[in-house]
Amino acid sequence: MKKVINQPEQVVEEMLEGVALAHPQYVKRLEGFNVLTRADGPAAKVALVSGGGSGHEPAHGGFVGRGMLDAAIAGAVFTSPTPDQIVEAVKAVDGGKGVLLVVKNYTGDILNFEMASEMAMDEGIQVETVVVNDDVAVENSTWTTGRRGIAGTIFVHKIAGAQAEAGAELPEVKRVAEKVIANVRSMGMALSPCIVPAAGKASFSLAENEIEIGMGIHGEPGTHRETMRLADEIAAQLLKKILNDMPVDPDDEVAVMVNGLGGTPLMELYIVNRKIREVLDNSGVKVVKSYVGNYMTSLEMAGFSVTVLKLDQELKELLFAPADTPALVQF
Amino acid sequence: MSERVVAALTAINNAISQNKQLLTDLDAAIGDADHGINMTRGFGAALVKVNELAAASDVGMILKTVGMTLIATVGGAAGPLYGTAFLRAAKAAQGVIDVDGQTAVRMFEAAIEGIKQRGKATRGEKTMLDALEPAYEAFINGINAEKLLIECLGLACEAADKGVEYTKTIIATKGRASYLGERSRGHQDPGATSSYIMLKALADFCQSGR
Repeated sequence: MKKVINQPEQVVEEMLEGVALAHPQYVKRLEGFNVLTRADGPAAKVALVSGGGSGHEPAHGGFVGRGMLDAAIAGAVFTSPTPDQIVEAVKAVDGGKGVLLVVKNYTGDILNFEMASEMAMDEGIQVETVVVNDDVAVENSTWTTGRRGIAGTIFVHKIAGAQAEAGAELPEVKRVAEKVIANVRSMGMALSPCIVPAAGKASFSLAENEIEIGMGIHGEPGTHRETMRLADEIAAQLLKKILNDMPVDPDDEVAVMVNGLGGTPLMELYIVNRKIREVLDNSGVKVVKSYVGNYMTSLEMAGFSVTVLKLDQELKELLFAPADTPALVQF
Repeated sequence: MSERVVAALTAINNAISQNKQLLTDLDAAIGDADHGINMTRGFGAALVKVNELAAASDVGMILKTVGMTLIATVGGAAGPLYGTAFLRAAKAAQGVIDVDGQTAVRMFEAAIEGIKQRGKATRGEKTMLDALEPAYEAFINGINAEKLLIECLGLACEAADKGVEYTKTIIATKGRASYLGERSRGHQDPGATSSYIMLKALADFCQSGR
């Protein structure tokens, strides 16, 4: 294993120190905890708190800032943060108007955030939770824990964040977050695995000409394996699966995210974006905003995910609202 | 007694860290390759905290410390689940200095109830419950048949071992492995395995300490 790290046990700690030093205008470290909060402290608005395992950078700490999150908790690599850390984050940013927790649908995250929410409510803080489950690769049936939360989570941060920034009350912030969740779908694929620092070896292996379709963001296997094909074919295949699940009509307005998993060059992401646009344009769907880049990664995994968010007037306005964070700036 | 409990926890911690790679490898096949790493970190931290407790601490206090530390250090699903299990067992052992058969039954039962509630899982879903529930049943049957505590623990281990084997034959419907559906069959569940390892370490410890 070759990695630019010092000790595997120190990666999260040292990364958070580095983030805080790089972006002092945006974030500060909550002393003694693996939590990044906004540099300017709690505001008199609903606070948005998210988090999850590390290894998905810039998620989630990179989205702490005006118009998005108020705090992000970093767990160990690919491991949910623990309730004590989450509670401290909630307490640090609660400005008296309550806190919305944005959780990705994984058993560990659900359990830890649930315990934390019980603990914070015991201390008199108003807490609500939304669970993001945008990944259409895995079936949502009674036989699974439900769909996983992946890159669509960034749209929840963006839109619920804008709603909170505008001064909305907690139920209203929660409502738009749930509206995003109901209208966002994603699907990913991988060309190569990632290496969890503490494990020191690849979490799975793929043959030279093999790709994994429906890959999760933690090195967990996808739905099936295929032979490597052209970018256009893979992009069209992922988009088709998304649109089968969430049909869009001509003249519908959508936002698109082509998200790199960490080891795929921007060049390739743009090539994918070109094809996604071609298919959507041809079907008359209006892409009003595109995000192409590394938003929700999986360490050094090569591959990408595609996310489509169906917009109405309300979601569109909130999506276009300003955001000023280390990893997403728009005016 | 409390030194015995701490020594038993030490034995469990040793067993977990000896099996760190095994647990991580099992998790790599159907999960996210961190179970052994997380459990080793958590139990190591729990043991440090336990050793800082006053010598006169009762079993409840010791197990509560373990539970709180696991919740704060393991992460993932295993942290809240095992943490809740230890907290519930701790409640059943409040003020207890010497664990007898009936207390052990109450602790075991409370721990399993805690896992079921927190994880909203039942037996047959390829989780730690597939090792723990049969183990509990074998244990309480032994106690009711007035067997020695140590024999009952042995029976519990045998049942848990069979439960771990059983997890290879079923598909996961809870936890991250559930996304694999049919592809999870044939793999041994890491959570059931860590449960078995803990029970086995406890039984071996009690056997050697007789």
